[in-house]
Amino acid sequence: MLAAAKAVIDTGVGLDLDGVLAVLRCSDEELPEYLAIAHEVRMTWCGPEVEVEGIVSLKTGGCPEDCHFCSQSGLFTSPVRAVWLDIPSLVEAAKQTAATGATEFCIVAAVRGPDERLMSQLADGVAAIREAVDINIAASLGMLTQDQVDRLSALDIHRYNHNLETARSHFPQVVTTHTWEERWDTLRMVRDAGMEVCCGGILGLGETVEQRAEFAIQLQELDPHEVPLNFLNPRPGTPLSDQPVLDPKDALRAVAAFRLALPRTLLRYAGGREITLGDLGTRDGLLGGVNAVIVGNYLTTLGRSPDQDLALLDELRMPVKALSATL
Amino acid sequence: MNAPNGTDTTVWCDRCGEPLTGAAPSGTAPHEACAAARELEPPRFCPRCRRRMKVQVLPKGWSATCVEHGTTGPA
Repeated sequence: MLAAAKAVIDTGVGLDLDGVLAVLRCSDEELPEYLAIAHEVRMTWCGPEVEVEGIVSLKTGGCPEDCHFCSQSGLFTSPVRAVWLDIPSLVEAAKQTAATGATEFCIVAAVRGPDERLMSQLADGVAAIREAVDINIAASLGMLTQDQVDRLSALDIHRYNHNLETARSHFPQVVTTHTWEERWDTLRMVRDAGMEVCCGGILGLGETVEQRAEFAIQLQELDPHEVPLNFLNPRPGTPLSDQPVLDPKDALRAVAAFRLALPRTLLRYAGGREITLGDLGTRDGLLGGVNAVIVGNYLTTLGRSPDQDLALLDELRMPVKALSATL
Repeated sequence: MNAPNGTDTTVWCDRCGEPLTGAAPSGTAPHEACAAARELEPPRFCPRCRRRMKVQVLPKGWSATCVEHGTTGPA
């Protein structure tokens, strides 16, 4: 199976289901070699640059959906309270992000889909950010109607994030208030409107290794511009609060496997990497196929200092992608 | 700002909202796990009155507001 992985370096064609499964099932002894191959695939098909992004929650908590991993659902006894970010704070968050050298700033809301108040707040926020700072603006507002897709496109939203979260076969065990197919429909509309598609998920939601491979292949079919890889950080009060954190080696197997399934995609380290992989895991992932990071804090939890990540990129001689390179 | 009766001091865990003097939910040392988790989480409960706080997380900081005791940020 190592031969199949090595072939991706030359062909740029991702592994099939059996190939991905083999990486996810590799031994501890084989893992470094798979990570090295994944790194070579990334360097060949994506280059050495790393895309840096910051994220912020425009509307936190009080979500009507029941995503079992999420502390922002209003259906669980999570301590997270509903709160809106005001426009000056949103602009400050964008400035903080741009100061790290990041080219992407993603505005996120905990909703099933945006209502008029949220669409209006977003439009005002986007205008205020553009007056203050030069950065690509992405959004993540849940499921969209065609009209909302068109309005976001008219706002020049650079990229839209909507995670499928997990394999189609496992989704009903994680979310019951909407379907995987509804999410897919939003992604299709976003793509058709010409926005970049950002779609990934969370590993460690109780899925089997086979379902993890299934998810990688489903993302391969979607072919998003970016895949954010999160690792479950079990949140108090959620149905998955007692779910064990993913084994760090399994997390690294997943990094290699997703890169080998998606040779040309931005593969981003996102939430949960600190508690799952620690400092060494961040390095191993960046040398194992990852070519994008979220810097700083997440939506409701805290991340490593941006300075730590930027110093690591410098040490690894991985330049931060410039804004001019993304336009 | 006036504090409620006898709640001028820190008596509640700002992560789980349980008394600091009681056993932690995990059953280990009192709030040891909470303290460790707080390194990568903002507080959620006011340590003086146990109210749930409104918390805003920004890329390089956070703020937590108790309706009774005001707003705090990273130390």
